[in-house]
Amino acid sequence: MTDDMRRKTAVVGLGATPYYKRGESAPQTREELAGKAILAAVADSGLRVEDIDGFSYFAGGFDTGYLMETLGIPEVRFSAGLTGTGGGSAGCVGLAAAAIVSGQAEVVVCVGASQQGRQRFGTVTSSYDASPETAFFAAAGLVGPGHMFALLARRHMELYGTTRDHFAEVAMTLRRNAQRNPAALIRKPLTREDYFNAPMLADPHCLFDFCLESDGAVAVIVTSAARARHLRQRPVYVLASAQGGEASWGRSIYWMNMPDESFASSGHYSVARRLYQMAGIGPHEVDVAQIYDHFTSQVLMQLEDYGFCKKGEGGPFVADGNISYPDGTLPINTDGGQLSCGYVWGMTHVREAVEQIRGTAVNQVAAANIVLVTGGPSIIPVSGLLLQREP
Amino acid sequence: MSAPFIAKRPPPDFVLCTDRWTQPFWDAARQHRLVAARCASCGRFRMPPTPFCPNCRSQDIHWSTLRGEGVVYSYTVVSRAVLEGMDQHIPYVPAVVSLPDADGVRLISNVVDAPIDSIRVGSPVRVVWDQISPHVVVPRFTLIV
Repeated sequence: MTDDMRRKTAVVGLGATPYYKRGESAPQTREELAGKAILAAVADSGLRVEDIDGFSYFAGGFDTGYLMETLGIPEVRFSAGLTGTGGGSAGCVGLAAAAIVSGQAEVVVCVGASQQGRQRFGTVTSSYDASPETAFFAAAGLVGPGHMFALLARRHMELYGTTRDHFAEVAMTLRRNAQRNPAALIRKPLTREDYFNAPMLADPHCLFDFCLESDGAVAVIVTSAARARHLRQRPVYVLASAQGGEASWGRSIYWMNMPDESFASSGHYSVARRLYQMAGIGPHEVDVAQIYDHFTSQVLMQLEDYGFCKKGEGGPFVADGNISYPDGTLPINTDGGQLSCGYVWGMTHVREAVEQIRGTAVNQVAAANIVLVTGGPSIIPVSGLLLQREP
Repeated sequence: MSAPFIAKRPPPDFVLCTDRWTQPFWDAARQHRLVAARCASCGRFRMPPTPFCPNCRSQDIHWSTLRGEGVVYSYTVVSRAVLEGMDQHIPYVPAVVSLPDADGVRLISNVVDAPIDSIRVGSPVRVVWDQISPHVVVPRFTLIV
């Protein structure tokens, strides 16, 4: 049964802290940021904090006992997370849905937070403890994900003729979305000239190909569809969620031995296929997409892996204006994305997807019925999520 | 911008950590030999070396000594210091190097001592040895001209 999860659960609460530039959330702690987002999400839903009985995480998550202790949650029945890193940001909502559908919990919090005052993500790889595995990339001076994903971007350019103008199109499109979003951290106009004048950080990635380094927390509350219909907000149904990936992607950027057909990709191909299969839809039925944009080049590769265009055609697809709001065939990252709005390990994308379904987004897509959220292209597991308005 | 930029060596602050499966690679490097792990049962190359062959699950490894020549599969140019002390080491060029005599298995390494604007995907390269501490030697690659 691949359709067991379909529309049986819904996101009923949404909460977030403001987005802060790197380090500016201090002296708040990371747990405090998460707590604020959770409390805001509970208030938004109309539920009580005491109703929470589950936590679903990704990228290491949080100490559930500490969150219970500080928030006054009497008992949890489910506390789990997707392994890996940012790849699980979309899939943690699917994990919450799985817990609810299987009867293990009823009101599950999904929460993510980032705080980069001590360790910026731009150099996070260099902070990893030395291990036999890290020895095979650390010696090369790959100190951050931006250096590693540049290797995939270069290969994509070589194989398919992708250009820096294509990357620029992603950056400029999302900046235009951010300019209309008061919550976005960067709202200055971004011209093609600005893009090409920017410092090259890891060729072919320049400054504007990198996401922001920011602080903040986002939480959503997931419960059963039946219960959702009696709560305060319009239910945002979990249509489908998939996670994992193929061995040929595996440790990806820490391995670099992916076969040629998947090296210059986002690693999402098999997850995307399973996601659509579970949902019973195809890519043409997605109205808006929130694509994990740690790097512009990876937006192109996800557009390909999720079937919005053919393999290798991500560049021409964005050049043709397809991802623009409001007139493109597939507006993406309507809040401005991680490139211009804020970076909270992909949870901003979950937030914006919920806003689109509710009809409360700043850049609202009029007919937003099905919204795709992707988790970060990274080591396995990667993940995807489809949310849907009331059928 | 007219002077040719030469690819330097990356920052040397690298701490080598090994286990029984990776140790032979680094031992060979100290002797300036480039080796790759090959399954002694089915012949499949794999790098980095892992405890099992993903093809046949055998744990027997044969360490093949390679010619030390490869092809640039992809590369990036790091020209901004994002860590303290990095300034003097930029620009450097992390590269994924494919090794034809190991069935194309790839190493994550660097292209060094070469004009950056001469480096291309597909450039033939040859291993050079970089002694970064008394007991650690790291393979890098330079362009074959």
